[in-house]
Amino acid sequence: MLEERDYNAEGRKWVIGGIAVVIVLIYIIRLFFLQLLSEDFRIKADSNAFYHRVQYPARGAIRDRKGQLLVYNQPAYDIMVIMNEQKGVDTMGLCRDLRIDKDWYIRRMEEIKDPWRNPGYSNYTQQLFMSQLSVEEFSRFREKLFHYPGFYIQKRSIRQYERPIGAHILGDVGEVGPKDIESDDYYKMGDYIGKLGVERFYEKQLRGIKGEEILLRDARGRIKGHYQGGKYDKMPVPGKNLTLSIDADLQALGERLMEGKKGGIVAIEPKTGEILCMVSSPAYDPRIMVGRQRGKNNLKLSQDPNKPLLNRAIMGTYPPGSTFKTGQALTFLQEGIITPSTTFPCSRGFHYGGLTVGCHSHGAPLPLEPAIATSCNAFFCWGLLSMFSNRHKYPTVQDAMTTWKDYMVSMGFGYALGVDLPGEKRGMIPNAAFYDKVNSGSWNGLTVISISIGQGEVTLTPLQIANLGATIANRGWFITPHVVKHIQDEPLDSLYRTRRYTMVDRENYELVVAGMRRAVTGGTCRSAETSMYEVCGKTGTAQNPHGKDHSAFMGFAPKDDPKIAICVYVENGEWGATYGVPIGALMMEQYINGHLSEYSEKKAEMFQNRHIITSTAGDEE
Amino acid sequence: MKSERFSVWSSVDWITILFYVALMVMGWISVCGASYDFDAGGSIFDFASRSGKQLMWIGTAIVLCVAVLSVDERIVESLSYLLYLGMVALLVVTPFLAHDTKGSLSWIDLGYGIKLQPAEFAKFTTALCAAKVISVYKLKLSKWLHLILASLIFLVPMILIIMQKETGSALVYASFFLMCYREGMTGSVLFTGIAAVMYFVIGARYAEIPLWGVEQIKLGEYLVLTLIHIFTSVLLMIYGEDRREFLRVSLWGLLIIVCAVFFSHYVLPFDASWVVLLVLVFDIVYLVLLAFKDHVMRYIYIALFSLGSIATFYSVDYLLTDVLQPHQQTRVRVLLGLEDDPKGAGYNVIQAQIAIGSGGLRGKGFLCGTQTKLKYVPEQDTDFIFCTVGEEEGFVGCAVVLLLFLALILRLIALAERQVDSFGRIYGYCVLSIFLFHVFINIGMVLGLTPVIGIPLPFFSYGGSSLWGFTLLLFIFLRIDAGRKRLKHT
Repeated sequence: MLEERDYNAEGRKWVIGGIAVVIVLIYIIRLFFLQLLSEDFRIKADSNAFYHRVQYPARGAIRDRKGQLLVYNQPAYDIMVIMNEQKGVDTMGLCRDLRIDKDWYIRRMEEIKDPWRNPGYSNYTQQLFMSQLSVEEFSRFREKLFHYPGFYIQKRSIRQYERPIGAHILGDVGEVGPKDIESDDYYKMGDYIGKLGVERFYEKQLRGIKGEEILLRDARGRIKGHYQGGKYDKMPVPGKNLTLSIDADLQALGERLMEGKKGGIVAIEPKTGEILCMVSSPAYDPRIMVGRQRGKNNLKLSQDPNKPLLNRAIMGTYPPGSTFKTGQALTFLQEGIITPSTTFPCSRGFHYGGLTVGCHSHGAPLPLEPAIATSCNAFFCWGLLSMFSNRHKYPTVQDAMTTWKDYMVSMGFGYALGVDLPGEKRGMIPNAAFYDKVNSGSWNGLTVISISIGQGEVTLTPLQIANLGATIANRGWFITPHVVKHIQDEPLDSLYRTRRYTMVDRENYELVVAGMRRAVTGGTCRSAETSMYEVCGKTGTAQNPHGKDHSAFMGFAPKDDPKIAICVYVENGEWGATYGVPIGALMMEQYINGHLSEYSEKKAEMFQNRHIITSTAGDEE
Repeated sequence: MKSERFSVWSSVDWITILFYVALMVMGWISVCGASYDFDAGGSIFDFASRSGKQLMWIGTAIVLCVAVLSVDERIVESLSYLLYLGMVALLVVTPFLAHDTKGSLSWIDLGYGIKLQPAEFAKFTTALCAAKVISVYKLKLSKWLHLILASLIFLVPMILIIMQKETGSALVYASFFLMCYREGMTGSVLFTGIAAVMYFVIGARYAEIPLWGVEQIKLGEYLVLTLIHIFTSVLLMIYGEDRREFLRVSLWGLLIIVCAVFFSHYVLPFDASWVVLLVLVFDIVYLVLLAFKDHVMRYIYIALFSLGSIATFYSVDYLLTDVLQPHQQTRVRVLLGLEDDPKGAGYNVIQAQIAIGSGGLRGKGFLCGTQTKLKYVPEQDTDFIFCTVGEEEGFVGCAVVLLLFLALILRLIALAERQVDSFGRIYGYCVLSIFLFHVFINIGMVLGLTPVIGIPLPFFSYGGSSLWGFTLLLFIFLRIDAGRKRLKHT
């Protein structure tokens, strides 16, 4: 027994123990690195095991002011792909079954993987491969789905439109772009977003809130139920329904009347600022901007020389022509430049210092009321000249100009009104600095004389002209025009509930109203006269250096309890009385009576068929 | 007899039993976590579930403990040869009786749904026999002949188990060399053995991984060659005469090796392994010159070790990557237990690391791990059971388990060293070497540090055979240890 201690190997227990200690030490260090220093593994584990299934909310429906359904949802099917599951799929077969070509497939796959186009890309989650298959396309593909592992079907909904009207107001819904994804975390590639119109402006209300189911997924991709029994699942919150202030029947009539013409109609309920109709022509059927043909049609419309995608009612900036004279009269009265009895001469126009502004023949000299009724150019030129030359009141012409501009701005010109639609233009109201720059500081009332009759540098949108009508109808105030009357469970923005007063007193408005009434009873707007209610109106014939004059009408009715204020603007329609007045009259009749008389219906048909432009691509399928 | 049985319970080492119980309880918790199904739910005590069955195995293992402790160790000692021969015979016939279980021929079906793996029980019979032979014949393992004779005892079952296509289990018998080292085998054998294993493991594990983004450098080759330089330097340090001179030479070599990588990364990408090889050639030439100058034969041996190391590494590498066809390579790798990879390169190891890494400091909590339960980790309640510990109990749990194993092994060293006769000591070292090997390979594999070799983690992995095998192994030693007092008295 003692022999065994011979080789004195007892010290080797330290070596063996040491080996054990070193191994355990190395492993603990390794564990430290794996478990405590890196979040990567936790993230990978979560993406392994948790399958976040998005629950899409139903987008809010859109109705017109009478509750008529305009936009609703219809089921559609998206094809989704999980990249690391789809390897080795029969690409040719897939292309055949989905009726797509191979180039499209390759391009789409690259788009999905492109981190710039698709910032939220992950190998493990579903990515949108193809969107909005119709029910028939879907049912054909569903039978073959099992051939293609990694491809899934996601039920979505697409917008459907009850009537082929109001495309510019309603807007449309399309796939989000990279900018949307970047600026708002809510969106992931393949989501839908409002692109234009109300769909865009009220996107946050319409879209609702996405829900999420957290499911457990095993190594073979099988779903093993809800994580923690669904404790962390979130139900989707449906989007809010919108009620528009638009009267669908009025809108439909407006679009009919504007067929084959360029321009716009805006009608406003003066009391509330609610927009009753907003026609932009050429128009297009909103139903062509749905589903997979959206891209193709969108391209076609954007290339059309008549620009059907442009909402002329808020984006078209036109010289207001004589409709602008009402605003001038109000300014001159308020500033004391003229009184109701002030008369100015007119000998077939305004002649002063070698400058002539032509006018048609009528009795002269004349005071304000008949000047509005006959749309006398000379009266308003003299008025503006008197104002801009009045050095007692305004030390310099610049001061006069600034005062004039402030009046215009108070009436809602020169700046965007703030309508609840994207893309509204501000138009143009020049100021003193503008003319200083253009004329090197040397100018006077004569230099800018054409602004008094709504020509020259002045431009307004049809919405602004209609709003002028509403302001006059209200005798001095307006509420910012808006197309949405009511949002489900949410008050309207205070902007759309607050009166904005102009700088002009009510009694001066009464004088202008009298002039506009006289224009209908015995002036330029005679064809709008009806026994049913008292119409007030003002024509406009805007000179157009590029072609025939534009035809404009601004009016409201009934005179003492205005229900509707309207602007009709027809490009190249020549005289205001040619298109503007009759179309305006038909629109007012439709809205106030709820229908057109037999006679008016015939008249409407006639105007529907009177085309100024030869082809409107937007009306095609 | 009565008084003697009493003495067993008072003299048995309760500290070891405490570690044993602690490990087994934690093991059962892990099996529960690994086999729990979110869908099915159900009770973890249900005998139809894996956790329920494991509870049954634990119960029977405890009965086994009591039984083993009740048997006089002298009877066990005297039965050593018989047990060994019986087991060898069983191992010989096993492949003929066994059903093919995932390519392995090591399981014998006993009916009633119970399967037995004789290889698990061969460990303690071999250990007993080795202890008996070495102690009885007073073999001096420092002598080559005696060492070869002793190693035959465990080489025989090793080869038989390889024939059952259980390479992993067979490799465990290599751990007997640790016992041999304690019993006098020259250190250079162990050193050479450890060095060879390290070359192989590091070379194979990191073969295709580039170093620091430089495609030209294979991490495995670079590391192994650097290791050879370090080993050569260490040997020179231990056996050489002018240590300061040698230290300077080896540090210069290391500096050049490191600089080569920096140059390769920042200036011009090239295979820095060539630089390491040049340093090694210089080492060898230097050693040979020294040997002739100082007439010291030891330097030649060290040069031979260095040369042999290079030759071993490249011949294995060449054999594995160039001579064999890809499918043959795979077969060899599977045979060596290097490949157990149904889903392609490294899937198991990656998923295992994800599971462990996601546990964090405190873990996700009992039955709350997702990776293991959703079957992302393969063999999750057997070979990869440690993943469950990592995911559910976190860093704290893993460290506790590792330290418990370390405590057990160190305690066993202490117990082995206090044995009065060499039989007990040799058997003790066999036991602790086997535990150390299992912990080293199994946890290393799960942590992605050692190759994937399918052997169980003692007291954790699901299965009756391995639990019984380890229990027998340990408690026979505890019985021997308990008996040492009586020997003193007589």
